[in-house]
Amino acid sequence: MSLPTTEEIIDDLAFFDDWEQRYQYIIDLGKALPAMSETDKTEERLVRGCQSSVWLKSQSQGEQLHFEVASDAIIVNGLLALVMAAYQDKSAAQILAFDIDGYFHSLDLERHISPTRGNGLRAIVAKIRALAEQH
Amino acid sequence: MSLDLAALRAQFPILSRQVDGKPLVYLDNAATTQKPQAVIDALVSYYTECNANVHRGAHALADEATRRYEQARDTVAHFIHAASRQEVIWTSGTTEAINIVANGMAQRLKAGDQVLVTEMEHHANLVTWQQACLRSGAELHIAPIHDNGELDVEAFARLLNQQTRFVSLPHVSNALGTVNPIKDLTAMAKAVGALVLIDGAQGIAHGQVDVQDIGCDFYAFSGHKLFGPTGIGVLWGREALLENWPVWQTGGEMIAKVTYECSTWGSLPNRLEAGTPNIAGAIGMAAAITWFMQLDLNAVQAHEYALIQAATEQAEAFNGLTIIGNAKNKVGVLSFILDGSHPADVGFILDRQGIAIRTGDHCAQPLMRRLGVPGTARASFSIYNSLDEVNALFTALKKAQSMLA
Repeated sequence: MSLPTTEEIIDDLAFFDDWEQRYQYIIDLGKALPAMSETDKTEERLVRGCQSSVWLKSQSQGEQLHFEVASDAIIVNGLLALVMAAYQDKSAAQILAFDIDGYFHSLDLERHISPTRGNGLRAIVAKIRALAEQH
Repeated sequence: MSLDLAALRAQFPILSRQVDGKPLVYLDNAATTQKPQAVIDALVSYYTECNANVHRGAHALADEATRRYEQARDTVAHFIHAASRQEVIWTSGTTEAINIVANGMAQRLKAGDQVLVTEMEHHANLVTWQQACLRSGAELHIAPIHDNGELDVEAFARLLNQQTRFVSLPHVSNALGTVNPIKDLTAMAKAVGALVLIDGAQGIAHGQVDVQDIGCDFYAFSGHKLFGPTGIGVLWGREALLENWPVWQTGGEMIAKVTYECSTWGSLPNRLEAGTPNIAGAIGMAAAITWFMQLDLNAVQAHEYALIQAATEQAEAFNGLTIIGNAKNKVGVLSFILDGSHPADVGFILDRQGIAIRTGDHCAQPLMRRLGVPGTARASFSIYNSLDEVNALFTALKKAQSMLA
């Protein structure tokens, strides 16, 4: 499964009518997320949640920002894939303009990206937006 | 008399709610317990009938609020068998209670002194002592555990010596459920002249705590893990120690005489309770204790034992599940990992099925490193949980296992 667009994800998730299918879809997205090499999972790239950890590596490619992300939890990897659909290889302006909360709301997943969840996802979004602001 | 579980559950309004259309199965009781109607009523009654600041008002409401607040202290003193009400200091919770003691010790420790804690500490009983040692130049020593999550009592004994000034250890491990033999450990520590604090955050709701029988010098616990409100807890300490203990926060309530140049401190318990206290919290906590004490505690303990037994039996029979922490004497907690799955993933899928557990390091990162796991999934039981809920946990785990495979 290659990484779908945000529109495709919204359509796909709307199509499922039970939570198991939705979660299985997110798990499958997580499995399809390109793996980050273990040597890239450095302390500086680590965002520690109290439940799971997330690593973020970024590089600018001209106008665009390219990211590698990974978590030790598969569902967080799936949620990261949803985030990547929004941010991967986009310009700083596109990243800053994207309504990530609205997107997660439309996916009915906002509780997974809320600041109260210790999964590191909110911190990754903040980091990506900070990188875009500096770009 | 046996436990009427349906009647007990009916006293907890939250237990009848649903999560994502499924009945709530609340198995995160080591994080916080739910509140019975009696506690909710006590809070509402305080705010609707007699809210006023305590100790200083010259009016009827202040008198009534002060009376309820100080009666709450008596209730706690009676509950834990304190020698006097002066020994009960209100705090914001276990963490603040330990901080009062660790900060006081930091002023008294010197280079060459030793503090002993265990490998199963919650950060609240580790970072506090680590920092007290860093400030004072004392050495922090860690008593190891066995692989099954029990304290290595022989190693604990070897680490005690004439330099050991303080020993701080948990009554019950929050991450593993191990019940420590606190009375024996306290006696060993006292034999070398050390002061002893018991972190009772997880112990208080499971047994009849008698601080004088334990023989310790301090016992710390929180209201919210004992069916009471958050933001209130207790430091119990021996009066002879507390009356000279270095003051914690300074300000109103805790002073005797103030000039621009200096101040003198008030007497116990106020000297360690600066500022307006959590009046409603104290009253709510006392209501929780009063409610708890009218239960048949033998029946409660038998029920809790049946829950952890049933959970352990099902966990042992569950293919691909590893129990983390197999101490012979355990209460309330089943910590585990599903082989090949991250605990956070297990938690996600259980949550979606209405089952509330906790996943992660349980504020015990060094313990997780010692056990070689990134964290665990932790189901923790309280007196209102049922065997049906234990069954629901394992049905949901089957689903998680198949989805994550």
